[in-house]
Amino acid sequence: MTTAGPSGLLEPTEGPGGDALRRVVTEPAAPTSDGQLVGRSSSGKKTLFYVLLVLFSLMYIFPFVIQLVTSFKTPADANNNPLGLVPNPFTTDAMQRLADTQFPRWFFNSVWVAVIVTIARVFFCSLAGYALARLKFRGRNALFTAILAVMSVPGIVLLLPKFLALKYYGIYDTPSALVVPLMCDAAGVFIMKQFFESIPPSVEEAARIDGAGTFRTFWSIVLPMAKPALITLTILSFQGSWNELGHFIIATNKESLYTLTRGVAGFTLGGLGSGNQYPIKMAAALLMTIPTAIVFIIFQRFFTQGANAGADKG
Amino acid sequence: MARSKSGDPMRQPVAGWVFVTPMIVILGLFLVVPIVMALWVSVSNWTGRGSPFGGNTEFIGLKNYTDLLGKQGLARQDFMTSLRNTFYYVLGVVPIQTALALLLAVLVNQKWLRGRTFFRTAFYFPSVVSSVAISLVFLFLFAGSGAINGVLAWFGVHGPNWFADPRGLIHLLGDLVGVWNIDSPPAGLAGTKVMNLSLWEWIKGPSVAMTAIMFQVIWTTAGTFMLMFIAALQDLPAEVEEAAMVDGANARQRFWNVTVPHLRPTILLVVTLGVIGTWQVFDQMYVMSQGKPSKTTLTPAFLSYQAAFRDQKWGQGAAMAFLLFLLIFLLTQAQRWLLRDKDAAREKKLERQQRRAEKKAEVPA
Repeated sequence: MTTAGPSGLLEPTEGPGGDALRRVVTEPAAPTSDGQLVGRSSSGKKTLFYVLLVLFSLMYIFPFVIQLVTSFKTPADANNNPLGLVPNPFTTDAMQRLADTQFPRWFFNSVWVAVIVTIARVFFCSLAGYALARLKFRGRNALFTAILAVMSVPGIVLLLPKFLALKYYGIYDTPSALVVPLMCDAAGVFIMKQFFESIPPSVEEAARIDGAGTFRTFWSIVLPMAKPALITLTILSFQGSWNELGHFIIATNKESLYTLTRGVAGFTLGGLGSGNQYPIKMAAALLMTIPTAIVFIIFQRFFTQGANAGADKG
Repeated sequence: MARSKSGDPMRQPVAGWVFVTPMIVILGLFLVVPIVMALWVSVSNWTGRGSPFGGNTEFIGLKNYTDLLGKQGLARQDFMTSLRNTFYYVLGVVPIQTALALLLAVLVNQKWLRGRTFFRTAFYFPSVVSSVAISLVFLFLFAGSGAINGVLAWFGVHGPNWFADPRGLIHLLGDLVGVWNIDSPPAGLAGTKVMNLSLWEWIKGPSVAMTAIMFQVIWTTAGTFMLMFIAALQDLPAEVEEAAMVDGANARQRFWNVTVPHLRPTILLVVTLGVIGTWQVFDQMYVMSQGKPSKTTLTPAFLSYQAAFRDQKWGQGAAMAFLLFLLIFLLTQAQRWLLRDKDAAREKKLERQQRRAEKKAEVPA
């Protein structure tokens, strides 16, 4: 299913090989005493690499530092010293003002939405992924083809269509409009299917001989073996629904049902957009980043896998 | 897959369908049915009042589509503007983010490097943070009196008022090198209109405001693609690299003749995903610019949203969504075809060269 062909794997061994033959004749090969990459890297090159890395790190960390520092500045200080790394005076005024808005409510909404969506999505995607990987039933291949087709539909194109459907079903502006449409996604099914296919079937066959039913085999034998994929999917789902903006724009117009993304996005449009209320905006951005940061730090290695699982689907 | 058919314990039609039911229901109700509904709306004159399937809504054929593509008018002008904006946006973002991702991956992937995890984390972190939060931060960074202009001032550069500046980069560049005067564009360009926009407008390039958004998107997404490149780099067998080294290839030759060919499939994937992703850009426009200034950050996704939800032109909004869908679909197909074909052609050429080389080698022997 990858877009990438198998080409490119063998070429390099052949191409430069020919070059090298000629080279051996014309000039003595460079000394390769330890034969490692390290041996070839002069200290000058290493220094260059470190300088570049530090520059890029600054570029990547600096915006978050500004965000953190500005959250504790006064609006005037933020405007006059945008680069100042010490708030002068230090104030929690922005945080307090944020607490007086609907922000706490939106935070709460984001939490319950992300939790429900994640649990449901992991469960439904595993169920479907298992059936598509292991169980044989008529129409399975057609179904899988349909899922691949669904995966290729760009999400942003679905905003207006989903709004129409939510209205039609009469659940627009209700809590279920926030979560139910997000409870399953084709990419998640695909990831789980791929993973289940990598588990040897012999394990389930043993369970089956012992007389366990299909769901029982799935739930207590196969699912525990799929822990890495489950964690990956959990993180992708949590992060996905926490950061989702488009769906929450079209699912509700009630401020009490806003999630963080929807509510905070309004800061730039509504009353706060006109003035330069940067500290309160930075504080909001900071607070909505913190949960992501915590999850990210704890599960870092699974994030990496998730990114590459996404790559595989091509 | 090849297992005995009779009495196969995995042949479970009932359980199979029960297991996939939740998926079918959710994707059916919130993906397939909505698309069908929107298809209907895109060929109707629904104004947002009442049900789109009620008696007051009429079938008007492809009018919404022809308004966007074939008829003089504001609808087409806005749509073309959004296509132009996004074209320059994609053209700027995709190559730079791909190159940056590859550079970061190569830097981080050195075996002797200390603190690899730290660097990798720093570069990847923005990818997992909400686009809304990042947009707010960048609005501040690129504000007229913001941090970016503060840094530029150190070098004596007077930074623009980024998000209020609709001037196009190509216009500015031409003005700078003296090809034209940005305030009085050449009549030939300004006077010729193609699809409601003058040639002068078409060649505008991304506006300064759009450029700020492009910086943000490149900065955010490079980390994701960096991970893909790191994974691919780690797949490169060390022996291949060592062999090249033993053969006396220097670092640059190794990079271009060993690493890059090995990475070609990943580069293709990153470019494809980049193009698909960038044409969909919406969040940043919603949070940061709402299409302003002077419509230079209008994109098809945002325009579709605006037409429907703000202007109540639902048919037009839906038609735009489908045109965008079609465009993304065609682009990915074209890109895959082009790149795959090139690969195959190149392989064939290599093969031929090799055969010729073998023949030559045989003759003297």
